[in-house]
Amino acid sequence: MHINNHVLSARGIGKTVKSGESDLVILREIDLAVTPGEAVAVVGASGSGKSTLLAILAGLDTPSAGSVSIEGSELFSLDEDERAELRGRSVGFVFQSFQLLPALTALENVMLPFELSGQNDAEAQAREMLVRVGLGERLQHYPKHLSGGEQQRVALARAFVVRPKLLFADEPTGSLDAESGAAVIRLLFEMNREYGTTLVLVTHDEQLASKCARVLRLAAGRIVS
Amino acid sequence: MNQAWRMLARDWRAGELRVLALALAIAVASVTSVAFFADRVGQVLVRDAHQLLGADLVLVSDHPWNPEISREIQERGLEGAAALNFVSMAFAGERNQLAGVKAVTPNYPLRGRLRIAPAPGAPDAPAERGPEKGSVWLDEQLVSGLGAPVGSRVRLGRAELRVAAVLTLEPERSANFFNIAPRLMMNAEDVPATTLIQTGSRVWYYLYAAGRPEQVNAFDQFIKPRLERGQHSENLETGRPRVRESIDRAERFLGLTALLAAVLAGVAIALGTRRFVERHLDGCAVMRCLGATQRRLVWLYGLEFSLLGFAACAAGVVLGFIAQQAIGAALSELLRSELPAPGALPAVQGFLVGLVLLLGFAMPPLLRLKNVPAVRVMRRESAPNTNYYFSYLVGALAFGGMLIWQAGDLKLGGYVVGGFAAAVLVFFAMAWAVLKLLTRPAVVRGFGRRLRYGLINLRRHARGNAVQVASLALGLTAVLLLTFTRNDLVDAWRRSAPPDAPNRFLVGVQPDQLKEVQTFFDSKNIVRPELYPMVRARLVAVNGRPVSEADYAEERAKRLVEREFNLSYMTELPSHNQIAAGRWLDPGAAELSVEQGIAERLGWRLGDELTWTVGGESFSARITSLRRLRWDSMKVNFFVIAPPRVLAGMPTSFVSAFRVEPGGEAVLNELSQRFPNLTIVDVAAAVRQAQEVIDQLVNAVQFIFLFTLGAGLLVLYTALVATEDERRREAAVMRVYGASRAQVTGAQRVEFLAMGAVAGILASLGAAAIGQLLARRVFELDLPPSAALWIAGPLAGIALLSLNAWLSSRKVLRASPAATLRDSV
Repeated sequence: MHINNHVLSARGIGKTVKSGESDLVILREIDLAVTPGEAVAVVGASGSGKSTLLAILAGLDTPSAGSVSIEGSELFSLDEDERAELRGRSVGFVFQSFQLLPALTALENVMLPFELSGQNDAEAQAREMLVRVGLGERLQHYPKHLSGGEQQRVALARAFVVRPKLLFADEPTGSLDAESGAAVIRLLFEMNREYGTTLVLVTHDEQLASKCARVLRLAAGRIVS
Repeated sequence: MNQAWRMLARDWRAGELRVLALALAIAVASVTSVAFFADRVGQVLVRDAHQLLGADLVLVSDHPWNPEISREIQERGLEGAAALNFVSMAFAGERNQLAGVKAVTPNYPLRGRLRIAPAPGAPDAPAERGPEKGSVWLDEQLVSGLGAPVGSRVRLGRAELRVAAVLTLEPERSANFFNIAPRLMMNAEDVPATTLIQTGSRVWYYLYAAGRPEQVNAFDQFIKPRLERGQHSENLETGRPRVRESIDRAERFLGLTALLAAVLAGVAIALGTRRFVERHLDGCAVMRCLGATQRRLVWLYGLEFSLLGFAACAAGVVLGFIAQQAIGAALSELLRSELPAPGALPAVQGFLVGLVLLLGFAMPPLLRLKNVPAVRVMRRESAPNTNYYFSYLVGALAFGGMLIWQAGDLKLGGYVVGGFAAAVLVFFAMAWAVLKLLTRPAVVRGFGRRLRYGLINLRRHARGNAVQVASLALGLTAVLLLTFTRNDLVDAWRRSAPPDAPNRFLVGVQPDQLKEVQTFFDSKNIVRPELYPMVRARLVAVNGRPVSEADYAEERAKRLVEREFNLSYMTELPSHNQIAAGRWLDPGAAELSVEQGIAERLGWRLGDELTWTVGGESFSARITSLRRLRWDSMKVNFFVIAPPRVLAGMPTSFVSAFRVEPGGEAVLNELSQRFPNLTIVDVAAAVRQAQEVIDQLVNAVQFIFLFTLGAGLLVLYTALVATEDERRREAAVMRVYGASRAQVTGAQRVEFLAMGAVAGILASLGAAAIGQLLARRVFELDLPPSAALWIAGPLAGIALLSLNAWLSSRKVLRASPAATLRDSV
């Protein structure tokens, strides 16, 4: 594998946690590399370690062994703040539980990434992105006034508004009904193509996984295919 | 900065920060109200110090000054003036009133100006000199009390004098705020004609000096070593040390009370910030995913809270300013001065207290946010580890330091901090114990379903509930003390005087008037009052060792020793006295019987020999008994009694106490007219006046205690709100499993009723205990239990907690169970 051509690469990733008196191995010897613009799905049964892997790949969690690099930067040679800065520049997230800030309106939620980086012209771009996801009429609504599907669309808008190089999605349709889920998936892939983002997606939904160019199957902490 | 403003606006909009802001505002308001008021009072003391002294140097004595001193003042080229101060009855027609008489030389005051008016309420003007011979100036209170307008005549002793003006400003008096006897100012030359200054009269003699600073200083150096016992000097630097002391003490007390309110507010801030942090953990994790660094998070939240803090402190300062106006209004009758506008320093003090509160109580939980791991977005159980207690310790220590600083005295500050901490712990422990006992399974089983669930909840949240109960109990105790207990103490004191107790004191009967006075009473069919001889003596030595006020550290002891004692002589032990130790006097020996309390205060013991001087003559006698007195019997009491052979022949006047039934005032008028040098004190009126003063002081203090109650309520509210999410989920689950709204509200109502009742009972217990302590140890009264206190406490507790519960629980039941459960996932 040539690290230079990959937007995301991981080598020898392992994760072990203490469980009572013994050690529990969640991930073993995971290697992977993702090229720019690729859409990769990580699938596996519940408890297979896919969310743990995603968290490590995104730099949200530290591995017990191995290394990860994003755009050539070794993630775990950076400190937590440096990783945060890297995320702010290059990475977007979509979560199963949407993770919108309840005290902010839809518009303010989408503006948040810009505000955190100190940019003052956030509103226009956020507005545009919300219109893009079909929520132009719901800008001033709070998350509690939006359905699950609508909340996830706001989350998509927030993820894409900064034009990230890399987008991590953890079970993006896990909390949605079939119809909302389908709508969200459609949007996700459309925007992915539109903005040329590299997508790494964790899911147990085989149908969703099939839409990705590559599917990595996790079982008992290893990539089996 | 912009982002912090935005965060503040959004969190405020969501209602997250209102309680915090309110707690901070209350704390700052409490402290600044006292500080503003104290600043204004302090300014009066400092403002134009010359004015307050009436001179550059004032010499005060409890016996006449040696004429050489006045000569010395003149010879040194200083301006000099003199005055006498004493209390006497003033008469106008049928009416009479106790007046504070000041007889001055025409050139008084040497600094500052007196102001007079032609009638009460009319515009006043500065007076060039003091009252003319033959005339008096009365203050407004005396004019209305005597019904003696300008132009009328008043009688003082044997002299009749014309009322020439209404005295509106007397510089020296403005520094002595709490004057009970209204002022009558007269010309010093008229005093002999009154014949009021006799043996036994308590008169203060003043000499005033003014001149160039170096002249005044030189004279001050000259006079200081020559001052005798019972004499002291005051100058621009020392100001009015006694007045300043009492004002300082009052300010310290008020300041401490205000700070206690601030401490309670700090607890509310800590609880509120904890909840804020808990509700923002997820949001912070998201922000970490979106690129926010730890430093940025700390900076943003720190800035947000600083902006909130600044706004809340500003609101608190404004509220404090308004409150101190109210305090001033409550005390307006007592304060005889126009208070100037306050300075800006109290506002700074308020901000400082706010800053300590924020740093000590809000910052520790806030700092938790910086350690939120980003992975929390995917693993909810990931939470930053914190040890709150160490970080709160810093806030508690900072506040402890402020309390000690405010007390001005390490010991007092220590008592206050220790007492408050002990009260909090005791209330918390008792609340927790009662709640646990009340909700033991054996007890709960005996109740119906609705009650049972409420009691189970009470047990489950015992620790959190105990915090709420303790905080409400603290605030309520303060209010109950000031209302019920205060009234109960006054009533008990009133009741302690037997119904036929004397209601008049008669002072100043001369030996040659004894028979005539007794005949007068006989002629009016009034039981002859017992006339006790009184000899004014000064203590000079104990067991041969000279004694002075410098030998004592305690203020009251110093005062006692500095002044003259009122001794008496008799052969029989008075009926309202009891021998506590030793034996009654041997009429043939040089012995003394001393009151127990004063002996303890001054360190006297049985067998000690005390040496006294009376008008130049000295004598010694040994203490052979200690006595217990009943001060509330209203009979005449003496600290020191000797057998007649020790004191007879020394300058003596006679005093008595007797009873006049309503309608018998005409007899008193006649007595005064026949014997104009006598002073007749209406005890009931004096008590009423003192009561009014106390009422006004308590009203002022109540404002501060209201802040304490407000802060206590906030603690209660934040503690309730902290459990709101949990209660909401519980209610939703209950309803999912079939409970009706009535059942859910019923269970919560039981919980809050029980807590309110417990808090109220604890508060009643606290107020009753403190009341008993005050009654027995300070006032020596019997204070019977008060039914009203024990009813009011629990009722108030239930009412307040129900109000709080209603405010915080409305949301619990409004949302549908599905929505609640979905939101809580």
